[in-house]
Amino acid sequence: MYQAIVFLPLVGAILAGLIALAGARARFPSGLPESHDLGAGHHPAHATPHGDGGHHDGDHAAEPAAAGSRAAELITTSCLFVAMILSWIGFVSVGFGQDVYLTVLNWFTVGDLKVDWALRVDTLTAVMLVVVTSISAFVHLYSIGYMAEEPYRPRFFCYLSLFTFAMLVLVTSDNLVQLFFGWEGVGLMSYLLIGYWYRKPEANAAAIKAFIVNRVGDFGFALGIFAVFMMTGAVDFGTIFAQAPALVGKTIHFLAWDVDALTLICILLFIGAMGKSAQFFLHTWLPDAMEGPTPVSALIHAATMVTAGVFMVARLSPLFELAPTAQTVVVFFGATTAFFAATVGLVQNDIKRIVAYSTCSQLGYMFVAMGVGAYSIGIFHLFTHAFFKALLFLGSGSVIMAMHHQQDIQKMGGLKNKIPFTYAMMVIGTLALTGFPLTAGYFSKDAIIEAAFASKNPMAAYAFIMTVAAAALTSFYSWRLIFVTFHGRPHDRHHYDRAHESPPVILLPLAFLAAGAILAGYPFRELFVGHGVEAFFRESFKFAASNRILEELHHVPYAVAMLPTFMMALGFLVSWYFYIRNPALPVELARQHDGLYKFLLNKWYIDELYEIVFVRPTLWLGRLLWKQGDGRFIDGLGPDGVSARVLDVTRRAMRLQTGYLYHYAFAMLIGVAALITWFLVRTGVG
Amino acid sequence: MLSWPILSITTFLPLVGALFIMMLRGEGDAEKRNARWVALWSTLITFAVSLVLVWRFDAGSAEFQFIERLPWLGGTINYHMGVDGISLPFVILTTALMPLCIIASWGSIQSRVKEYMIAFLVLETLMVGTFCALDLVLFYLFFEGGLIPMFLIIGVWGGPRRVYASFKFFLYTLLGSVLMLLAIMAMYWSAGTTDIPTLLKHGFPANLQFWAWLAFFASFAVKMPMWPVHTWLPDAHVEAPTAGSVILAAILLKMGGYGFLRFSIPMFPLASQDFAPLIFTLSVIAIVYTSLVALVQEDMKKLIAYSSVAHMGFVTMGIFAATTQGIAGGIFQMVSHGIVSGALFLSVGVVYDRLHTREIAAYGGLVNRMPLYAAAFMVFTLANVGLPGTSGFVGEFLTLIGTFKVSVLTAMVATLGVILSAGYALWLYRKVIFGSLDKPKLAAIKDLDYREMITLGPLAALTILFGVFPKPILDLSAVSVAQLVTQYQQAIGAAKAAAKAAEMLLK
Repeated sequence: MYQAIVFLPLVGAILAGLIALAGARARFPSGLPESHDLGAGHHPAHATPHGDGGHHDGDHAAEPAAAGSRAAELITTSCLFVAMILSWIGFVSVGFGQDVYLTVLNWFTVGDLKVDWALRVDTLTAVMLVVVTSISAFVHLYSIGYMAEEPYRPRFFCYLSLFTFAMLVLVTSDNLVQLFFGWEGVGLMSYLLIGYWYRKPEANAAAIKAFIVNRVGDFGFALGIFAVFMMTGAVDFGTIFAQAPALVGKTIHFLAWDVDALTLICILLFIGAMGKSAQFFLHTWLPDAMEGPTPVSALIHAATMVTAGVFMVARLSPLFELAPTAQTVVVFFGATTAFFAATVGLVQNDIKRIVAYSTCSQLGYMFVAMGVGAYSIGIFHLFTHAFFKALLFLGSGSVIMAMHHQQDIQKMGGLKNKIPFTYAMMVIGTLALTGFPLTAGYFSKDAIIEAAFASKNPMAAYAFIMTVAAAALTSFYSWRLIFVTFHGRPHDRHHYDRAHESPPVILLPLAFLAAGAILAGYPFRELFVGHGVEAFFRESFKFAASNRILEELHHVPYAVAMLPTFMMALGFLVSWYFYIRNPALPVELARQHDGLYKFLLNKWYIDELYEIVFVRPTLWLGRLLWKQGDGRFIDGLGPDGVSARVLDVTRRAMRLQTGYLYHYAFAMLIGVAALITWFLVRTGVG
Repeated sequence: MLSWPILSITTFLPLVGALFIMMLRGEGDAEKRNARWVALWSTLITFAVSLVLVWRFDAGSAEFQFIERLPWLGGTINYHMGVDGISLPFVILTTALMPLCIIASWGSIQSRVKEYMIAFLVLETLMVGTFCALDLVLFYLFFEGGLIPMFLIIGVWGGPRRVYASFKFFLYTLLGSVLMLLAIMAMYWSAGTTDIPTLLKHGFPANLQFWAWLAFFASFAVKMPMWPVHTWLPDAHVEAPTAGSVILAAILLKMGGYGFLRFSIPMFPLASQDFAPLIFTLSVIAIVYTSLVALVQEDMKKLIAYSSVAHMGFVTMGIFAATTQGIAGGIFQMVSHGIVSGALFLSVGVVYDRLHTREIAAYGGLVNRMPLYAAAFMVFTLANVGLPGTSGFVGEFLTLIGTFKVSVLTAMVATLGVILSAGYALWLYRKVIFGSLDKPKLAAIKDLDYREMITLGPLAALTILFGVFPKPILDLSAVSVAQLVTQYQQAIGAAKAAAKAAEMLLK
């Protein structure tokens, strides 16, 4: 059954991929150009120049759909729905029963390094399986409607399913290398899907940026794996966790320092998590990733892939529990990201980017939970967040479709009468995100803030302040999105008049996710936060003896428990005052505090900073090494200099023409002759 | 023991094909066609015969197998052939790639087809011979002789700056080859034989190890190529015809790595140990330096050539880490790079045949009309980036994990290469494949034809297969690698013990 969950999406992806390739083969002529074709321009009619560059989803609608589009959609979507049903069955049977371990195949064994393709399904994995397959199945369904005008749908659905496969491999991995495979696999699919509209230069740039920033994280991840292998001689979780307690106090020698091994390992691995989960410093790719189609943003950049970092820390809790310094680092970056992303979200105008920064911020919350050792709570937030954030993205997609690919909320307004169903769904998503009582987000997010308060981590107070502040900011920008988009008067009459509600194939997934955004909280809170954690998660997490956070957070003062709700209300009221009651005020504020406004609008100028600090010097160095290092220095001193001399000599002495080959053959023959003579003489003598 | 000399057949069958082509007589096109077909059949049959080697090879033994031994040249130098788990993968790599090279040259070579095919077949004999030779002098003949046909291929069928390129190649290689010859003499002087299996067990004195290691290093480092003697490679690649680049990158570069594994590590373990820091330094410089240089290239072939130098940096680093993972990873990385870089050069050849330029700026948006090409090129680009699931990952990962144990700093700097490789490879892909197709010259460009699919398809399949299931290659060499590492450690251990004993004695 678990093989089916993982491999069904792969089967779907392969079939869709074959359909895509076959279609491509039929669509374009193959072969070498005939000689007169070359550059002569005899066939200008063949050229189909696409004057696009329009900054919106879907810019080659003029072409007919590729053959087999419908088949590819149905195959991949049905595979995913089957996988989803199986995952829920697995969720119940693993959560309330037994863990499952399956070895599929030995990947490689070299010396003492043994890596298997394996499926490890414990409760943590079962939760992830449910999240990944459910969101993915509904995103597939939604995409059938959303991508209906796209000509190359088989390729799109192939990518989506292949992504799902990679994500499932990631969450079921039994060792660090398979985790890394899934990790880079989802990164690749993210790259391909962000760049899905390959004619858009912005999409191409965003895709490469996402891949490379993630690679910076993977640099840390890879080194972490190497360090683990050096210290434990294994990469599979069972052995590593068993050996972890013995590593306490051991060091790794690096340059002149002896670094604490566990701290180093955990921080290196966490750098990987920072890249994938878009934490501060390595977050810059996530907002740009919104260049991809909206269903992709919902699936990859909200619900699943970006949570891989959180999953990784949860999976490696036996290591992190033994490395308090690393935990502090996790808390610090989580809290900083939660606050930073929320501030940037305040002033953005692109509907998808607002939701993207909100995702970034919520991931920060999850890391705070991980850092203070409240693993089940972080996973709880991951679980609830997947539903309401996917809902918000898909709802945004419905808005974008209604507005004919307009994404700027300043150009929207008053849409609640035009697209009431979408409006209702977006409000549900917003309620859940801001933590309105009894919605899913309320249970998970408030638990994180309480855990931050209860924790004894050195960074806990900082995290508490940051997350509370971010809660108010979240509420403000989320309601700002709703108010500016759906309330007030329309800012773009033309688009407004033509706005229309989406077809049922789009609304159905919204309805499901909205149900999830409400119901994913209350029924599950005992299992994730309450007294059921131990029985439910069993061996998935390991808690140090001193870690009693799950107990302590139930005893925080009443005022602290109420604080997030108060912040949520505050954010809502301010937002309401700004955008409904007195819409001139925010404009005035922005004008008065121009510097701050620009600072936030330009995302703290981090992209610009990276451009100056990393990108340009790298290219400059590359050019320097090429022209000066290779060209002037090595070649100048070496072959070119020598060759000039040799050439002089040979010209004068031998007057051979361009016989370098003869020189060489001659030199070699002389050498061999000398060698043979010498041998013969020696054997003759001896 | 087999009743017929299968290694000699694998080695010299292409030469027979070459003789056949030489005897061909005919008019113009008919002659060309015959030459192509004879070359293709010779290489295909050679490949088939080499598969018998895999089939009959006992992977459980570290001994040389399929031994052939005939007295030659005064009884001192023997015609001695054999393969073990370290050389066999390279033999197969060579025989497998040759038919693809012949197919890739089918339409693009139109002048002097006969001579071209002869050069390739002779080259194949010499390359296979290099990997099979078990006598130092025989090895030297094959090793150095292989350069002559390569010279001809670049020099006759190459681009406009071919003379400069081959001259550069000549200068670099000449120095190394002379020094290696001297070292061979010194080894004979010390051991009294040029028989490789005997030399492997000889145990050279530390002093000789030092000098001989340096001399061999001079030759192999140029071949690899290692920084800073790599500058011949980009020029040679740029000027060589497509199939020439494929062979150069896929096979000839591997001779350096093979040499390190066959001679430097087992015969001069003490010197290898002493020089490991030097190799580490040069390797990580190669990885970072050439990756940076690759980032700013404007010529597709140059970019791939520089990336080859970076990938070979992983190989040298892994080999001289002398751990099981490092050496196995080095071998795997060489085989994988043979497949991937060969395929990348073939991919460049595909568009070069259509537009006759390698300028990156001349392309853009090819995916709009060449989706199959885009798909194949994507697979090879990802393998070049070292993405898990492609063969490129396994080699890189193993060499790095093997080196980390020995030198944390080396592995750390080398791992920077994974960021940079993503940079240059994806940048190339974006510039050539993605974007809108608005250059007039590209408007009528056509997708892969059948011949190109036959060459690129199997390589793409192998790239993914060995990424997911690398065992066939790893298991083939596992026992030989294990023995190599054990003997190396023993030699180091013995030397340490001796040094300690001497110290005690002095006290």
